[in-house]
Amino acid sequence: MPVIEARELTKIYGEVRAVDQISFEVAPGESFGLLGPNGAGKSTTMRMIGGTSLRTSGTLLVNGLDPEVNGPEVRANLGVVPQQDNLDNELRARENLVMYGRYFGLPYSYLRPKAEELLQFAQLTEKAAEKVDNLSGGMKRRLTIARALINEPRVLLLDEPTTGLDPQARHILWDRLFRLKEQGVTLIVTTHFMDEAEQLCDRLIVMDHGRIVAGGSPAELIRQYSTREVLELRFGSERNASLVDQLRDFGRLEVLPDRVLVYTEDGEAALEAVRHRGLVPVTSLVRRSSLEDVFLRLTGRSLID
Amino acid sequence: MSTEQQVVRPAGRGALASWVASNSSGNARAVIERGFRVIRNQNWIVIVSGFFEPVFYLLAMGFGLGQLIGDVPGPGGQPISYAAFIAPALLATSAMNGAIYDSTWNVFFKLKFAKLYQGMLATSMGPLDVAVGEIFMALFRGFLYALGFTAVITILGLATSWWALAMIPVALLIALGFAALGMAVTSYFDTFQQMDWINIALLPMFMFSATLFPITVFPEAIQWFVMALPLWHGVELMRQLSVGHFEASTWVHIGYFVAMSLVGIGFTTRRLRALFLR
Repeated sequence: MPVIEARELTKIYGEVRAVDQISFEVAPGESFGLLGPNGAGKSTTMRMIGGTSLRTSGTLLVNGLDPEVNGPEVRANLGVVPQQDNLDNELRARENLVMYGRYFGLPYSYLRPKAEELLQFAQLTEKAAEKVDNLSGGMKRRLTIARALINEPRVLLLDEPTTGLDPQARHILWDRLFRLKEQGVTLIVTTHFMDEAEQLCDRLIVMDHGRIVAGGSPAELIRQYSTREVLELRFGSERNASLVDQLRDFGRLEVLPDRVLVYTEDGEAALEAVRHRGLVPVTSLVRRSSLEDVFLRLTGRSLID
Repeated sequence: MSTEQQVVRPAGRGALASWVASNSSGNARAVIERGFRVIRNQNWIVIVSGFFEPVFYLLAMGFGLGQLIGDVPGPGGQPISYAAFIAPALLATSAMNGAIYDSTWNVFFKLKFAKLYQGMLATSMGPLDVAVGEIFMALFRGFLYALGFTAVITILGLATSWWALAMIPVALLIALGFAALGMAVTSYFDTFQQMDWINIALLPMFMFSATLFPITVFPEAIQWFVMALPLWHGVELMRQLSVGHFEASTWVHIGYFVAMSLVGIGFTTRRLRALFLR
């Protein structure tokens, strides 16, 4: 049985179709990503899975139950990490974990040792008695994730888990999430970071304006919607657009305000040919295609404006 | 609202049982536990400050202004001091203000800014658990303040009957009526500007509900209007209890708040999903 089964799931706020008839399934133990720019409908989808936002139409089953009808039962097996930390500022770090466990109806005899274990997992043992306000952004994020694990959930919903964190904090967090995945926890991650999606997700859907525009594993998506390599050329913001006509025959182009992207199987060869034509870029870069390119191809826009 | 929709209920469960199951895990206790833990962490000054507000009013108006006024006719026509006249009214008003503050501003802040309920509702708790737990905490705070203020009135010799002790549970009944209604009203609000309407409604109600002077100063048409307002019933009821004078209207006042509480609870229950599951 799939962990999550969404059919034609729709959420309308007034005039806005935040989520527009999306269908997908997530298998147990899978790491599943929802990728898209801000406002694509990712967070709304997450909240509907937890039953904390009511859908307008469509069906949704989480572990075989409808979260609107069996909300408390569904959420008993979920861990939720929201986009914005919503730690309880009136409680201390350890109390945040213990009280959250009490909301699940768990006994203190289980929660006391569990809270210590999770503080250690989140590398916050020394901060256990600290007020939440005194923790750094990365610490708050880790505490939020530790809190979501208090009920040993089989499914963890992570909404933009590393947004706003510095690179080191992100890597610590990814490491913790890998460990959970190894333990068989199903991860559902929304992100607008391509590297995060490539690191964490076995499979993902790309969302835009509330709809699914593509789906598959990161490698499949890149193969299907992009070329092996990308040549990035910067001619200076004045000249980027004017040189496009002279580059057309190299393959598919994307013209961004600061650079021109040339999609090609062999980036070095293409760069050589560009130079040969007497066009001298200010800087150039050959790289592998990423999900960023997939997104650009599918929507004509980059993910982070 | 467009968020309302048809969901297929599992067969074999009553409509009420199924509604409760989808909105509650029967764990309002955890919300109350959190409330007490917060009180324990809090600075006691914050809690005590709420107690002093009606005391200051009583000292300034009752004893200050009261010097100029002297005795006034109390319930049943017996002359009582001006301080004894307004003290029960201040207790009713502070029960109202505390309950309204907790069920509107406090709920709105925790919902929109602290995102506290968002966190609670991501657990197996449902909106019903959160509402019941928060109303309980509001009533507990109201109980503490009513206890303190009644003690002050007694020490100052403004309560002349053992019935004055009944002002404490009655303060809770008044608070329940306002808290239940306040939470339902909050479900319609989206911004802090809209929240200000609540204050615009409450202040004149405090001024003109026969709190500081008898209702008989108004022309009859306005008297009828005042008598429709909930605070007037609270004020009159408290005043009667403070001297132990009862008449048929006592039951009307009690009935008013029982009805208001029932309507408020029913209303909040209907608006529960609109309030918490946006």
